[in-house]
Amino acid sequence: MAQDRNHSLAYVRTDMVQDEPAPINSKGPIAWVRQNLFATIPDTILSIAAILLLFYIIPPMFRFLITDAVWTGENREACIVPGAGACWAFVDAKFSQFMYGRYPVEERWRVDLTAILLIAGTVPLAIPSVPYKKWNTIFVLVIFPILAFILLTGRLGLESVETSLWGGLLVTLVVAIVGIVVSFPFGILLALGRRSKMPIIKMLSIIFIEFWRGVPLITVLFMSSVMLPFFLPDGVSFDKLLRALVGVTLFASAYMAEVIRGGLQAIPKGQYEAGDAMALTFWQSMRLIILPQALTLVIPGIVNTFIGLFKDTTLVLIIGIFDLLGIVQLNFTDANWASAKTPATGLIFAAFIYFIFCFGMSRYSMYMERRLDTGHKS
Amino acid sequence: MKTKIFTGMLASAALALSASTASAATLDDVKAKGFVQCGVSTGLSGFSAPNDAGEWSGIDVEYCRGVAAAVFGDPSKVKFTALTAKERFTALQSGEIDILSRNTTWTMSRDTQLGLNFAGVNYYDGQGFMVRKALGLNSALELSGASVCVQTGTTTELNLTDYFKANNMEYKPVVFEKLEEVNAAYAANRCDVYTTDASGLYSIRLTLDNPDEHTVLPEIISKEPLGPVVRQGDDQWFNIAKWTHIAMVNAEELGVTSENVDLEKDSENPNIKRLLGTEGNFGESIGLDAEWAYNIIKTVGNYGEVFDRTVGAGSPLKIERGRNALWTDGGLQYGPPIR
Repeated sequence: MAQDRNHSLAYVRTDMVQDEPAPINSKGPIAWVRQNLFATIPDTILSIAAILLLFYIIPPMFRFLITDAVWTGENREACIVPGAGACWAFVDAKFSQFMYGRYPVEERWRVDLTAILLIAGTVPLAIPSVPYKKWNTIFVLVIFPILAFILLTGRLGLESVETSLWGGLLVTLVVAIVGIVVSFPFGILLALGRRSKMPIIKMLSIIFIEFWRGVPLITVLFMSSVMLPFFLPDGVSFDKLLRALVGVTLFASAYMAEVIRGGLQAIPKGQYEAGDAMALTFWQSMRLIILPQALTLVIPGIVNTFIGLFKDTTLVLIIGIFDLLGIVQLNFTDANWASAKTPATGLIFAAFIYFIFCFGMSRYSMYMERRLDTGHKS
Repeated sequence: MKTKIFTGMLASAALALSASTASAATLDDVKAKGFVQCGVSTGLSGFSAPNDAGEWSGIDVEYCRGVAAAVFGDPSKVKFTALTAKERFTALQSGEIDILSRNTTWTMSRDTQLGLNFAGVNYYDGQGFMVRKALGLNSALELSGASVCVQTGTTTELNLTDYFKANNMEYKPVVFEKLEEVNAAYAANRCDVYTTDASGLYSIRLTLDNPDEHTVLPEIISKEPLGPVVRQGDDQWFNIAKWTHIAMVNAEELGVTSENVDLEKDSENPNIKRLLGTEGNFGESIGLDAEWAYNIIKTVGNYGEVFDRTVGAGSPLKIERGRNALWTDGGLQYGPPIR
């Protein structure tokens, strides 16, 4: 190879060939369409069918929700014009009811303040890079519930607002948040109890879990509202919302316990033995070794339970508490807004609100899963 | 209406358990707490439904405001509890509410077996028929051969069969399990006739695409007298509940309205004088002051005014007075005289 490099040979190239753009059918949107939608004959048939279906659904939906929709109006007259789409004027007129229920108008700032405190507390807690996690947690779990209780029910000189006036998204969030926050530690304790070697604790945990998993939530709520008043002495009556809260929480705890037990079950025995070998007490080894791993494993299951609970809260409407869906449905009976399109509009609105919350929980859980991934899974 | 039987059984069983938890002097309790606790339905057009401000409105609601006005002279001293059909009797029996004004049909079994008293009838409901105006029908007797949408497993279905059999008419039933399905079927023109309680027909009519193209036929084929209910064993409170309604009916008959009540106070008509407490003191006999009826009429209105603005011509429902007209107009609303 000692030949002169400059020696030119006709068949040796001296310069690099310019990069050609990739063939049109292996890169770019056309290739993507070919590979993903029309790769084989069955694919092609399904794709065409799906596209036709979308053409069939989307334009009428768009017309109903946007172009033909009635956006403003004083009463049903606006929405009964021929060819009218969704009656958003109804949602507009009832919006504050959907949010606060019948909470007195002049006291609604208390609900707003509670919501602001909640957001101010939880958003920094949810973002991992924000410091002072310990104080933040104390605020959210100890100080906030006390403040929220004082503000919402009206203590310390604030005008008392009884819970029968609460409604709408306020009730949905109160039931869901209390259910989620209380059922989580209860669930952990019950799961540990069920795996305990102490026979009585184990038995009580099993009885509790199996009982609450064995009865439908509707039955629990119904019993609490119809039968309970008869067993109480005259004049003593539990707050209806409180009854529902207790029922929902106990119910969710049982489900949560089983999800967490699944995580505990998946931790290899060696991890428990490692804790013992380091002379950690039971609670230390749980706190430092077992639970962090077990809970990370079952994030999808936990969030599943949370989302299920969030949507189940709407069952409180069978005992005459008007949560978001309940108050939307209640307003269908207002003759001033009765029209053919009112129910559909109200339900679409309610579905949209539920979706925002459930989708939010789902996305955040996926983010946490990725963040806490230790690389042990495959 | 299987649920009704079940509710009845549950309620009577529960009643046996609790032996009469109700304290006797409801009026004293109500005065002590400062408001009337009234049970209403969880949403029924024209009877108890929320308005734009979120306040309850409707004929059942107005009645409770009337009771509050009679007791306190202030119709706002009432709190409402929304009750489902299953909860309503237990709530009353257990003392959670003072009065139940929730489109409840007065039947003998409810009146006698549940420890309750019906205080009157503030709305005479009953099963009716709705048809498209285009059919050009004027009477239910012209319905022979029609297809009828009806909810299955209800007394409505039985009444329908009986009515057509008794009148030697044929019909084709189109039955559904759920009310929503019946609504959708009628809206989609799958049947000629929709039958359910007349008040229901009027509110369903509002949810149809063109409400004006439908009409409710005049025939009513069943008896559903709806009225307020109180606990048995407290005659004073029972009287207040009863006479609140009667005062409103009598006021209409005497032409006393919320507008002219102050002028009528100077009336020479002895009936009006006794009603408004300018002669005699009839309020005293039910534990209230002499102005009890004046306060009802002044703040809530007479029966005709309340009917008109909640379900009648002044409301979107536009229900005809029909059987709820005064007896002087050929209806059934008849108030015993105050004397």
